[in-house]
Amino acid sequence: MPLKLTVNDVVTTLDVPPDMPLLWVLRDILNLKGAKFGCGMGLCGACTILVGGHAVRSCMTHVGSVADEPITTIEGLSPDGQHPVQVAWAALDVPQCGYCQAGQIMSAAALLERTPHPTDADIDAAMSGNLCRCGTYIRIRQAIHEAAEAGAAARPK
Amino acid sequence: MRLNRRLFLQLTTLAGGGFALDLYRSPLAAAQGPGTPPDLTPQAFIHIAPDGVVTIMARASESGQGMRNMLPMLIAEELDVDWKNVRVQQAELNEKIYGPQFSGGSANTPMGWEPMRRVGAAGRQLLITAAAQTWGVPETECTTQSGRVLHAASGRLLSYGELADKAAALHPPALSSVKLKDPMDYRIIGHSQTGVDTHAIVTGKPLYGIDVELPGMLYAAIEKAPVFAGKVKSANIDQVKALPGVRQVLVIDGGITPAAYTPWEPGMEPGIAIVADTWWQAQQARKQLKVDWDLGPAAAQSTEGFRKRAEELLQVPPANTLRKYGDPDAALKSSAKVVEATYQYPFIAHVTLEPQGATAHWKDGKLEMWSTSTLPVDGRGLVARTLGIQESEITTHMVRAGGSFGRRLQNDYLVEAAWIAKRVDAPVKLLWSREDDIAHDPFRPGGYHGLKAGLDVQGKVTAWRQHLVTFGDEKNSTSGGGIEQDTYPAGFPPAYALYTSAQPLSLRTGALRAPGDNAYCWVAQSFLDELAHVAGRDPLEFQLELLSNKQAPWSAGEHDAVGDHEPTGQSVLIPERYKGVLELVAEKSGWAHRSKTPGRGMGIAAWFCHLGYFAEVADVSVDAQNRVTVHEVWVAGDIGSQIINPAAAESLAFGGIVEGMSHMGQEITLVDGKIQQSNFHNHPVMRMKQAPKIEVYWRKTEYAPTGLGEPTLPPTLPAVSNAIFAATGKRIRTLPLQRSGFSWA
Repeated sequence: MPLKLTVNDVVTTLDVPPDMPLLWVLRDILNLKGAKFGCGMGLCGACTILVGGHAVRSCMTHVGSVADEPITTIEGLSPDGQHPVQVAWAALDVPQCGYCQAGQIMSAAALLERTPHPTDADIDAAMSGNLCRCGTYIRIRQAIHEAAEAGAAARPK
Repeated sequence: MRLNRRLFLQLTTLAGGGFALDLYRSPLAAAQGPGTPPDLTPQAFIHIAPDGVVTIMARASESGQGMRNMLPMLIAEELDVDWKNVRVQQAELNEKIYGPQFSGGSANTPMGWEPMRRVGAAGRQLLITAAAQTWGVPETECTTQSGRVLHAASGRLLSYGELADKAAALHPPALSSVKLKDPMDYRIIGHSQTGVDTHAIVTGKPLYGIDVELPGMLYAAIEKAPVFAGKVKSANIDQVKALPGVRQVLVIDGGITPAAYTPWEPGMEPGIAIVADTWWQAQQARKQLKVDWDLGPAAAQSTEGFRKRAEELLQVPPANTLRKYGDPDAALKSSAKVVEATYQYPFIAHVTLEPQGATAHWKDGKLEMWSTSTLPVDGRGLVARTLGIQESEITTHMVRAGGSFGRRLQNDYLVEAAWIAKRVDAPVKLLWSREDDIAHDPFRPGGYHGLKAGLDVQGKVTAWRQHLVTFGDEKNSTSGGGIEQDTYPAGFPPAYALYTSAQPLSLRTGALRAPGDNAYCWVAQSFLDELAHVAGRDPLEFQLELLSNKQAPWSAGEHDAVGDHEPTGQSVLIPERYKGVLELVAEKSGWAHRSKTPGRGMGIAAWFCHLGYFAEVADVSVDAQNRVTVHEVWVAGDIGSQIINPAAAESLAFGGIVEGMSHMGQEITLVDGKIQQSNFHNHPVMRMKQAPKIEVYWRKTEYAPTGLGEPTLPPTLPAVSNAIFAATGKRIRTLPLQRSGFSWA
């Protein structure tokens, strides 16, 4: 049975098994490569996207379970890479290998949407599900504070 | 060039510490390679468009160390252009025109520092020649500034864009003949330049091996035996072939013969490859596979067995004497105090966040590959040999990797992708799951060290005796499990012996960030801390004194005299540099005034490897449940005269410290030959809440700049475990932490 999916404001009808993980629908059916595969068990956060504004691990989310909710991926976070989190990430040159960073940015955007001025403890709580194998945590923390200070809290669409 | 790579491999495979690489000794000659000069030309690296936009080819593979910035920055500096007008493009694999394209051994900086600047300077020279010819004036009257050639006498100027065609057609000058800038005039080197891929990363553009997308592409997954090199006896192949989306099911016989010594790149592991329309379908089909495996001899291996055998070997005379001077046994007998300890650490996996994989397309007898390898020329050679084709039939695209840490120096996943592609009439993307990635990693090998040292009545070291029980056969240590003769503190105690013995291992091992050093530093610096404690002395003062009294020459030969700006011999430890970073980190951390409260403590450690000197102090607290929090780490580093890209350098140092902490909590264990760990829940990586505050300080010295990928990591482990001792009085001699009764908070 075809599924209707709303990704980055675009409505698509897909014929995929409802138990297919959203991550693989995004990457290999819709060709949105921003969300990454890291563990397949919701342990690393590389696949983080927003569903209804909440950070969700797409590798553990069946596509059939999100047919009625707006999905935002890193590609749809802002039209031009100018979301405050993206701006802060670039200004501090956060990435090393960069593989985890789309997931980090989505988690940070979700955090700032609810907590516009997070404390370090808020950041620990919201971001500890996102692994960075290169160990860029110091810069991630700094970038979240900078994005918060930049005023405009994240506004996922 | 070829010699370069072989030397590198030889040392990666056999050696641990120091990295006494000849390629470090004369970077220009080494980069060009004895006997096979690749004739590096500015035309190969630099392309200037009429509008003045400069495209610079990044020759090295990129997996996060910032090589796509660092090497092009060297070219751009001497070319004399503005970085904002530079576009960086990844070169394809072609060492004939680019020179060495691997990223390993923290070698790209020492290997690229001089040749890349000379390529840039030669490019600048060509543009000056083109302008001088256009104007009919002597070249000596021409200067350059921000992408323009100027003739001051006549007030004329031409942009590089206007001169590009003419310059490109000129015969390039010999690299050794061009004049380099005074470092005082640097405008790019030493100034932070944002990663060239950063914008693409933060906007989620496809960049990585896993993101490669080709028309009509199929996806592959491979099921392998739960035991290394186990072979397929039979499987329900026809049943799996009929599952949704499945195109092909291929049995891989593999090319590995289990033995006591498993070499670097031992060959293809046997298994069953499933090729499907999507990777998810391949994985779903994989779950339906029923395989009868011939597990082979590796099924008899276990961590418990390794430990027992190591304990036996530590009790008997060592098999090999690697280094010995003085009479350590006699010196130990006559010492006022003798300290004895056994240190052990486990196998650990690389766990790059992007699991291994590659894309390959076999068409009309030619192979095209999209590779994340950090040793791509070896990947091409292995693929050619495995498939029985010529290297000239292979094109290698070098794709950004989601981390390497030494993992992608081996090309097993690339060979698998190529092998499958040759049997499939479409491009194929192979992807390993995280479970595959951990079970089939070329692990950092575990090791066991028996240590004995003596102290005289003044608390000075009299003798040091170290026996490493590693893995391998009579002749070879397993990859990443060898040790160098000059491994610290060799050369400093008045009497010294370094012995090795080996036990068999049928398992793939390899280089993990700072191979060898990531373990030997922890052993040596922890045991030195023990000695200082027994001697009743401050560990810093104790080590500074040791470093001040060198007792024996280096096995690798003494270093040459230091030249003005391009010293040669840097491949052996220079005590002044080692002491310099220790003194700097002590000053910055307030070591002399550290508080001594129960449950909280500071530890200090230093190391020399990959030509870099790093000292670190960790401030740690331990709660009543023995949970460890690292509050802060101070880092002092000496990697020579320039920090080429400062913000990126600081970030890499942060990463080394965080990874060093990760190593302290990780282990790979075997039961009946089966790896017991499978994902990040039981092979954990440090998380945000565990990451300490880190301060990095550079001690700039007159030596040529060297690499940063590796040398920040090793001191972290002993700095933290020495701090745990300061906080609790408990010495950690077994890693991971949980095997010593501690855990991360």
